[in-house]
Amino acid sequence: MKFVDEYRNSKEAMQLADAIHRKTTRPWELMEICGGQTHSIAKYSLQDLLPEKITLLHGPGCPVCVTSVTLIDKAVYIAALPNVIFCSFGDMLRVPGSREDLFTIKSKGGDIRIVYSPMDVLKIAQDNPDKEVVFFAIGFETTAPANAMAIYQAKLDDIKNISFLISQVIVPPAIRSILEFPDNRVQGFLAAGHVCTIMGYQEYEPISEEYQIPIVVTGFEPLDILQGIYLCIKQLEEGRAEVENQYSRSVRKEGNLPAQKNIQEVFQIVSRQWRGIGEIAQSGLGLREAYSRFDAEKKFPCEVHGQERFAECISGLVLQGIKKPHDCEAFGKSCTPESPLGATMVSTEGACAAYYRYQSVQS
Amino acid sequence: MCLAIPGRVTTISGNDPLMKTGLVNFGGILKEVNLVYVPEVKVDDYVIVHVGFAISILDEKEAQKVFDTLNELENYEDPLQ
Repeated sequence: MKFVDEYRNSKEAMQLADAIHRKTTRPWELMEICGGQTHSIAKYSLQDLLPEKITLLHGPGCPVCVTSVTLIDKAVYIAALPNVIFCSFGDMLRVPGSREDLFTIKSKGGDIRIVYSPMDVLKIAQDNPDKEVVFFAIGFETTAPANAMAIYQAKLDDIKNISFLISQVIVPPAIRSILEFPDNRVQGFLAAGHVCTIMGYQEYEPISEEYQIPIVVTGFEPLDILQGIYLCIKQLEEGRAEVENQYSRSVRKEGNLPAQKNIQEVFQIVSRQWRGIGEIAQSGLGLREAYSRFDAEKKFPCEVHGQERFAECISGLVLQGIKKPHDCEAFGKSCTPESPLGATMVSTEGACAAYYRYQSVQS
Repeated sequence: MCLAIPGRVTTISGNDPLMKTGLVNFGGILKEVNLVYVPEVKVDDYVIVHVGFAISILDEKEAQKVFDTLNELENYEDPLQ
């Protein structure tokens, strides 16, 4: 496939790896933000191509992983109600809540449907006028325009039996939060290419300047990630701290303006709880007042437990780059993708699931 | 979750700007994609698609840069070759 295969060429990957080896004189710890990048790093064993001095830390950029237990509990509550069709991206079904997950509700007969696009949910609502249809609208900035369009269309078409359980989060406040941790180890970031495709990268420039840290907007294929690492290491070795754009075939500095406009139309900035990390101020999106009648939290008010079930799970520390998956005693033993204790073992983009699937990175 | 894949736009339909869609070819598999966020898209452009929406048009010149940089690296680091 064009724009995919050529970025997986092993000869060129080795050339980039050689260049990284030649450039690296000191130990450096880098964090890739996005779970999609974590997955590629594990799948292609990219860490094995790097000098031992370079450590890759895996960031919190997996919305499945950081959706709060409280919201999972609310999803479980709503999905179990009679007369509700609950729609979700497939990854969310096995994420553990306080007591149950969505998959358990489905196995008990709950009408839970996996959708590919938020727009599919509009049709389900129109086809089932006697049911309440609820969509679990999770995601980072990449998914926000799609979720925003579904909500915008629902208002335009005056669909009354649809609502959205919103779990939208945004990256820049999370980067700041990681940099403020007393235990922070991150010296350079690979920013998430598709998040920046939507938002551009201007909002990363003050962060890079304030914390004197390189931020390289990076794609998802092996050559993209190796080049992102090379640019980041080059900055560190040369004592620079700038924002650079490795993924320029998709990312423009200003981002996708029509998409941003629709995000602005539907959503406003709110504070959000991140699973394993805690509340981060101004780190999420919530519905504007004009769209509040589509808010599933208001339509189906409930009291939920919102507590982690498994004390041994260290997914919060993994998401912050403080621990690696194999530092966890439960990893691969009591915690597997079939029976996950924490969300990072659920999604294929969670660091624990990626390590489990591609075992060679455990070395 | 932020997985988005490139494909080639083969047809564009819909006069309503909110409902502009097209068929996109992903290595032989055709899928209908919402094109509302890439208003300037043309047939044969490559777009990046996420949960049914095209979120960018790929820039062919920029796409070549990874390989240009590699050539420069080789020449710079090993000028005798």
